[in-house]
Amino acid sequence: MRELLLPLSVSDRLSLRAYDRVLFTGTLLVGRDQVHQRLADARKNGRDLPISLAGETIYYMGPAATPEGMVIGSCGPTTSARMDPFTGELYDAGLVATIGKGPRNDTVVEAIVRNRGIYFVAYGGCGALYAKTVQSVSTVAFADLGPEALLQLAVFQFPALVGIDSMGNSVFQQK
Amino acid sequence: MNQKVQDAIRNVQHALMHAATHIEPELVVRIQAMERQTRQLMDELRSDDTRRDAYAASADVLAMILKNIGIADETHLPLCQDTGMVVASVSVGPNAPFTMQEIEQVITEGAREAALAGNFRNSVVQDPVFDRKNTQNNLPPIIHWQPSESPGIVIDIMLKGFGSENCSSLDMLNPTAQVEDIIEVVKSRVIAAGGKPCPPIVVGIGLGGTSERALQLSKQALLRPVGVSHQDPRYAALENRIEAALQHTHVGPGGMGGPLTTLGVAVEYESTHIAGLPVGISISCWADRKTRIVLEAADA
Repeated sequence: MRELLLPLSVSDRLSLRAYDRVLFTGTLLVGRDQVHQRLADARKNGRDLPISLAGETIYYMGPAATPEGMVIGSCGPTTSARMDPFTGELYDAGLVATIGKGPRNDTVVEAIVRNRGIYFVAYGGCGALYAKTVQSVSTVAFADLGPEALLQLAVFQFPALVGIDSMGNSVFQQK
Repeated sequence: MNQKVQDAIRNVQHALMHAATHIEPELVVRIQAMERQTRQLMDELRSDDTRRDAYAASADVLAMILKNIGIADETHLPLCQDTGMVVASVSVGPNAPFTMQEIEQVITEGAREAALAGNFRNSVVQDPVFDRKNTQNNLPPIIHWQPSESPGIVIDIMLKGFGSENCSSLDMLNPTAQVEDIIEVVKSRVIAAGGKPCPPIVVGIGLGGTSERALQLSKQALLRPVGVSHQDPRYAALENRIEAALQHTHVGPGGMGGPLTTLGVAVEYESTHIAGLPVGISISCWADRKTRIVLEAADA
């Protein structure tokens, strides 16, 4: 189990290998389907993105309602494959890591290798567990999207596993 | 709104809040057993076997799931942030204590209250294509109805997450299809779904009827408690054969190629046409959240 700081350092990113177990501490961005659609639209129309993606990590997630006394509700990963059509160009735009659940398509694997990026798999369905790792939440953009808004989280010992490493090795290759 | 309806709404609310934070005890037992078996199978591999990483990651996924189940129980946080769409199957028997309109109200209002008090996510949008505007209350529920011989009303409800729902399928097989063909179809659908539906999975299969009926039967199958076999021994045997076949797909927990993939398989069937054999498949993630509410018959 490797403890990693976010934003991810270059040496961590390049030395991690598929199947490595990690615990993140630091800040990450949160976005899912509609955020990706809007970021893609902004890039297509030559508009500035609401945040710089350089060196950032995006977690594919849309939280449940926040109970009283907590900073966030249940907040596990969503299926990464739905973000595949948008992901390549975000890596090209400086994003270094994504966190979600399940496999990615070949285009994403190619983008990861091209940019020496990385994809982490969080534990699917484990929303209560992840809620306990979140220390603070702020809305960065697209607040109108409700549970789908672009957020920034500060996390402490957030567990995940390397799904696709910077060389393109994947835990999802079928044997 | 009369007291009787209000009490029933409260029943539905509490049942759904419990379902969002707890899976059936039998499922927990099966996840524990799967973790144990996965570790055993890993230990049996030679130290240079390339499958060791996949087996270890799969056991790790199962351990995290078990930890998450414990945290949800302690904190009352929903197991998963996708608290799903409410899918209800209502059986209405003789001397039913409520009208259909009242039952709809009971389910709708119970679901509304549960989403609010249980810190569910508002996961429902009003129209699927244009605005996709969030309804802000997780409503409406989806309700299926059938008449029943048993007195009273039975409401079976699942909280259906969409990571797994997006892996639903319908195959219209030829009427001459054999059991092996059915097993093959289910296997190929589960392999195609891979890690997307949050395996280990529970699989509901509807055989026969028409296209929409086969899919509805697959939901009916998912509503059956895990571990209860079909009453017809031939269909119970079919369930076992499909389950055995799915275990060997090497999808594995989290889609990471582990040795075991499924927590249960249930089949429901109905009469069909001489020209076809519809196969509807609904998959549930490991967080197979469901509940049953019984409303006793009114005094005759």
